[in-house]
Amino acid sequence: MDAILETLGLAQSAELLAFSPPGWGGNLLRGLANSMKIASGAFGMGLLIGLFGAYGKLYGGVVVRDLLAIYTTVIRAVPELVLILILYYVGTDLLNKASLAMGYGRVEISGVVAGIWVLGIVQGAYATEVLRGAIQAVPAGQIEAARAFGMPPLTLMRRVTIPAMMSFAVPGLANLWLIATKDTALLAIVGFSELTLETRQAASSTRAYFTFFLAAGALYLIVTLLSGVVFGRVEKWARRGQPSLREGGR
Amino acid sequence: MIHWRDLMQPHRIVLMLLFAALVLWCAISLRWDWIPQYAPLALEGLWRTVWILVVTTVLGFMLAIPLGLAQAVGPWYLSIPARTFCTVIRGTPLLLQIWLLYYGLGSLFPQIPWIRSSELWPYLRQAWPYAVLALTLSYAGYEGEVMRGAFASVNKGQLEAASAFGMPRLTRFRRIWLPQAIRNVLPTLGGETILQLKATPLVATITVVEIYAVSSRVRSDTFIVYEPLLLLAIFYMSIAGLITLAFRQIEKRVPR
Repeated sequence: MDAILETLGLAQSAELLAFSPPGWGGNLLRGLANSMKIASGAFGMGLLIGLFGAYGKLYGGVVVRDLLAIYTTVIRAVPELVLILILYYVGTDLLNKASLAMGYGRVEISGVVAGIWVLGIVQGAYATEVLRGAIQAVPAGQIEAARAFGMPPLTLMRRVTIPAMMSFAVPGLANLWLIATKDTALLAIVGFSELTLETRQAASSTRAYFTFFLAAGALYLIVTLLSGVVFGRVEKWARRGQPSLREGGR
Repeated sequence: MIHWRDLMQPHRIVLMLLFAALVLWCAISLRWDWIPQYAPLALEGLWRTVWILVVTTVLGFMLAIPLGLAQAVGPWYLSIPARTFCTVIRGTPLLLQIWLLYYGLGSLFPQIPWIRSSELWPYLRQAWPYAVLALTLSYAGYEGEVMRGAFASVNKGQLEAASAFGMPRLTRFRRIWLPQAIRNVLPTLGGETILQLKATPLVATITVVEIYAVSSRVRSDTFIVYEPLLLLAIFYMSIAGLITLAFRQIEKRVPR
């Protein structure tokens, strides 16, 4: 192994990327773990907001619908970086005011929680649109039939709407997950120690920019490709029992 | 377009009044006295944002055409590199790409003597060529994937008809294949251009002074947090609105 690395001229890079302290591999992996934590938390929060947002847009009153339209339009027109800063400052301000009003001191928010809150709200806007489209694609008769039998709204959502819309929603949600993993990189700018920031710190203290940025790129790429495989499986599972698109199509 | 009758519903009037009150409250109780001092810088930054957006989308789109073509109909030695390029660009964060180019290439170039002595060196020492390069490659990567689908979706019969009439390959591409492919993806292109607009503030991290960098500077100079960010969000929303309108106009002009 060492001999191969030596002949390829990569021995130095391998040393820099070693997991134990003289190398920076451990830091990079820790950053990756943080990124994944934030991405999955934000994705989950986005799904929750998206589900209620989609319901509000489809079945809500006029005011709810207008407010949701403003939410999704504004979030999708303003750069994530700007939103992250605004939401971060608003979030810490509100929390501090609340804790001061209740008689506690100032609170420090952990980077992971702040990242999830900020990216979750951004993801929620996109998820609202994806899920709204998916719910609309479910044949209306199925939902009406459940209503006609007097199924309560929450059971209806759990038993009919969500399973039936899954196959339409999965491709869009897969895309959202990829956006979430890549958007975690933006948190580097506000100073959360996720993969991109760890990489930059490693690179600037060793001056081996190419080694570290390429290694981080490879890590992101592995996550992307693996997610592609996983979401492919999920889509297949969500489509079970439905006629295949390939056979029935064009 | 917006219909006035839709806006004149009671709940919308109430919402608009509430919004007007919010704007008024912002105008009165927030601090805006820094604006005159920073207005020239902000205009310059706005101009630079628009300039970067236009240049990178145009260049990126020109790169995307061969990328899409190579993936749709190219032989394997062209389609595999093109597909790999698109996967890598789409699979890694843009911020990482920008930093790789700026810090990586930027630290490599000074070590090569002939680059230092070449006429390009004054430009390579600045940040904006790296910003333009990174954003162009990113747009090309995303659009290459879109154009692949677009080229594949053009009706094969029309291309066969053109070659049956003896139309040369380049003319066939220029007159029939490309126009229809672009027409099919115009709505997607509008959305992607807005995504590109939202990617431009990232170049502020490599010291390019565009509108986002100006707002950060106001924030760090005067310790005013919300006002510059709100104004910045409004700027971006208006540019996004203009892009949407422009693409709607183009789509209206193009015959279906």
